[in-house]
Amino acid sequence: MTSKTNRTRIDAVGNATRGIGYEEPLLFEIGSPNRKGTQLPISTVPEYNAEDEFSGESLRDELSELPELSEVDVVRHFTRLSTWNAAVDLGLYPLGSCTMKYNPKINELVARLSGFSRGHPMQPEQVSQGFLRLCWELETFLREISGMTGISLQPSAGAQGELAGIMMIRAYHESRQDPRREILVPDSAHGTNPASASLNGYKVIAVPSGEDGILHPETIKPLLNAETAGLMITNPNTLGLFETNIQEITSLVHEAGGLVYGDGANLNALLGVSRPGDCGIDVMHFNLHKTFSTPHGGGGPGAGPVGVADMLIPFLPTPIIIKNTEGFFELSHDAPLSIGRLHGFFGNAGMLIRAYAYIKSLGANGLKHCTEMAVLNANYLLKRLSSHYHVPYESSVMHECVLSDKGLEETGVTTLDIAKRLIDHGYHPPTIYFPLVVSGAIMIEPTESESLEGLDRFADALIAVREEAIEEPDILLTAPHHTRHNRLDETRAARNPILRFAKEDSGP
Amino acid sequence: MRYIPHSDDEIKHMLDSLGVDSVAELFKKIPNSLRLDRSLKIAPGQSELELLNDMEILSEENLNNWHLGYFLGAGAYSHFIPSAVDAIASRSEFYTAYTPYQPEISQGTLQTIFEWQTMMCGLTGCEVTNASMYDGASAAAEAALMAIRITGRKRVGLSRGLHPNYRQVVETYLSGLDVEIFLIDLDKGTTSSIEICDKNTACVLIQQPNFLGGIEPLEEIAMTLHKSGTLLVACVNEALSLAFLKAPGSLGADIVCGDAQSFGVPINFGGPHLGFLSTRKEHVRQIPGRLVGQTVDGRGLRGFVLTLSTREQHIRRERATSNICTNQGLCLLMATVYLALHGKEGLRELAQRNYQLARYARERVKESDRLSLKFEGPSFNEFVIETQESVEEVTERCLAEFVLPGLSLSEYYPELGSCLLVCVTELSDKQGIDRWLALLEGRNDK
Amino acid sequence: MSNSDNFPKELYYSKEDEWVRLTNDRATIGITFYAQEQLGDIVFVELPEPGTVLSAKETFGVIESVKAVSDLFSPISGEVIEINEALTERPELVNENCYGDGWMLVLRISEEKQHESLLTAAEYCTLIAEREQS
Repeated sequence: MTSKTNRTRIDAVGNATRGIGYEEPLLFEIGSPNRKGTQLPISTVPEYNAEDEFSGESLRDELSELPELSEVDVVRHFTRLSTWNAAVDLGLYPLGSCTMKYNPKINELVARLSGFSRGHPMQPEQVSQGFLRLCWELETFLREISGMTGISLQPSAGAQGELAGIMMIRAYHESRQDPRREILVPDSAHGTNPASASLNGYKVIAVPSGEDGILHPETIKPLLNAETAGLMITNPNTLGLFETNIQEITSLVHEAGGLVYGDGANLNALLGVSRPGDCGIDVMHFNLHKTFSTPHGGGGPGAGPVGVADMLIPFLPTPIIIKNTEGFFELSHDAPLSIGRLHGFFGNAGMLIRAYAYIKSLGANGLKHCTEMAVLNANYLLKRLSSHYHVPYESSVMHECVLSDKGLEETGVTTLDIAKRLIDHGYHPPTIYFPLVVSGAIMIEPTESESLEGLDRFADALIAVREEAIEEPDILLTAPHHTRHNRLDETRAARNPILRFAKEDSGP
Repeated sequence: MRYIPHSDDEIKHMLDSLGVDSVAELFKKIPNSLRLDRSLKIAPGQSELELLNDMEILSEENLNNWHLGYFLGAGAYSHFIPSAVDAIASRSEFYTAYTPYQPEISQGTLQTIFEWQTMMCGLTGCEVTNASMYDGASAAAEAALMAIRITGRKRVGLSRGLHPNYRQVVETYLSGLDVEIFLIDLDKGTTSSIEICDKNTACVLIQQPNFLGGIEPLEEIAMTLHKSGTLLVACVNEALSLAFLKAPGSLGADIVCGDAQSFGVPINFGGPHLGFLSTRKEHVRQIPGRLVGQTVDGRGLRGFVLTLSTREQHIRRERATSNICTNQGLCLLMATVYLALHGKEGLRELAQRNYQLARYARERVKESDRLSLKFEGPSFNEFVIETQESVEEVTERCLAEFVLPGLSLSEYYPELGSCLLVCVTELSDKQGIDRWLALLEGRNDK
Repeated sequence: MSNSDNFPKELYYSKEDEWVRLTNDRATIGITFYAQEQLGDIVFVELPEPGTVLSAKETFGVIESVKAVSDLFSPISGEVIEINEALTERPELVNENCYGDGWMLVLRISEEKQHESLLTAAEYCTLIAEREQS
């Protein structure tokens, strides 16, 4: 383990090095006519002519846009592509607020059991009892963990859960003949918060955070009035800070007749320690990926169950899973005040199964231990880095910490360059330029999965990058140097969008 | 805990460096009144062995051993999945990666999405396809929102041939906006009276093939709608039909959306599936969700990046085209591998096989004296049959023999109370169809 | 950046970082050097249809760089009689020459003395100098 970079050998920094790097063209540039990678069984039925009943014009001609490849071609193609990705299974992936924790392998195995993976969402309930029971138990777990009293597993991702939550707030006010028009959103919130509010026709009122990075009752109070439908709050917030005034804030909003939405993106910092439902939150979503280890999949699928307090239970999405007196699980549509349906079926069942397996693997103590180690890791890293990088909010953090590029102005190096140089040291960069309230933010979330020596190596790399920035800024400004591609021209991509393959675009 | 590396000594070392005595001290910012003063009421953690045993029991409580007895589609389709699909989707480099925000170390995911966009443009007959949506239902809702933005109009028409659950999702999504939704009825199994659309209608959503398996005259519908500047949204939830029927985009659909679960994504009790959305280039800035574009790096090497991101919530916040913040990346990978394996010929043959088997089943129903086809028109792999006995009785009889006979339609279309929606895919064969027919007819000679 | 060479004296400026060039009853409008520099590489400009009637401070379009998006505000009232079609294909003209080829639209002015409430080059320079300090 070295903490200093050997700057004369750009090929060997940190724990990244070069193995065999494969070239691989697009699917459409490989293969050969009449090749294919599948085979059908021999047909057992008579050969019917579709043109008996369809006019020729309504039938498809050649599928000229598909490739012609063998199974070997396809497997090699995608295996090679896979080697161009960073991934949690390759190393620390410290994206703040994204919580790239380890994805246990047993979860993948159980989600593929045929009783789950082959279950049809419209098959009769009597032959789906195992799945419905799993959902029922998962709802019980989520209620206990969050302190909320009603759960719907249906939303497909955190953002859809958020949409559902704001819809329930709207439905609640409308049911009381008290429609309201405004939602308060802190300036440090995720972009999905204002987007979800405006999809509900709400006007978004920005709430500034205080100098200490958290919300204060006195800034919120003047913004509350008879038009306030609710406040959206992320706790811990995106700076990794616990909103210590949360109880007072939720009381104020309630007094004004509004409800409080809790963005559950950072629930992984509270498992077994504190419950949103006990802090006055009326509705929240869970990110099963961030908190309960379902894999991110390179962009999804996610799952974003919602939890609500008593007064919002009538508004939960349908169908609702109920257990009848004989212990039989049923899907109920009997909810006249429900906001309705958000998913074609029950939600992303495959992700629910993985989250359920994770909670069962950890149990009460394991869940709490996860949170404790995530918080310990974040604080340890912050401690190691705080004498090297600017720390905009001095405070003990929860599960993530925020640094910035302040102090490097003279070198010309910015947060983006630090991020790109970290890649050469073998790390996926942290989240950058978020939250927006910190200029040049570098937001780090190590998660509980990282060991002490892993944290030390990462801290060493970040410190080395800082030294490089001062002594040899060019090495950062042109980074990354170790990757197959160096910096890609995003301006060119946006000015002249090429969004599908065409032969004439295939040259550089 | 097997997923957490810290030993007691290491924890102590870390606490010492922070100058605190206990882990609990790290949480001192949380007011006492908000701290949970008890353990969570969740059973102790399980070993892998215990967990697997429990999960297998739950799995087996769901009947799944349908073999050749799977005649249920209705928006979630059982197709054979080649083993290479899961082999690739099980590579950690794909499934444990995040959204490709750092393109230099995400080219695997980005190139895959670009390949998906290309193939789906071809299959839908459109110029632009996004990097996927949650599912077909939310894709339909997002398509309606997109049409409202493009036209500035406030009415949306839904065909009654659109999946009933999709109709509900569209209603939910539009409920917060000042938009009127109206239904367009069916006549003999396909959408009728499109002429009720006017210059205030943003779009009409038509499913192809429709929920009842009927083939909609998309070209005619598009011409009628375009006279009043109304957009046609064609919604396809049996994506394999794209390899059988002419591409909706080439027939005049302005937006083609739906679900591509059929392309190698397990049916999974309804999710995760794979919503998609395709359109004309002129509407590209109104598309919700992610897009991948081609570019070059500093050395001139071709590469791919997420592009036109200013449409999205992380930049435009309350004025974004959608609040969506993920795509269905891993399902998209499965579908891209599936399409690459089948290729030009394989996908066509598979679609043909689905048609042939379904046609055989339809011909057999036509000959039956106890069953009949509800509608006369042609179909791809789904169709409606009418039974003389009650649908419940027939269904019970089939379930006892491990056959899922189809979907009882009474809940969704009261006028089709004695009808079943039936789907036949390549998982079936002559023997399986004959057995299904015998069970439906109540004959013993199965 | 607040170097006065970048802000021609014959133009008027708005607090929203647009400039106005007056020629009889016509006003040509674009964004300032400072604004284009803040945005970075411009990738897209959305302009209104000719014939659109704008009032002062009303948004008339949108300008995007790779990672930022901004509304465009009309500094004065009038009817759009011409837009810079070249920006559709070459939005980079705004970066290259924001007061020349990167112009955005021409208005027929509807309120004669409205420009008097706009800033002079010197006043605008002071404004952005203040912004940079804060």
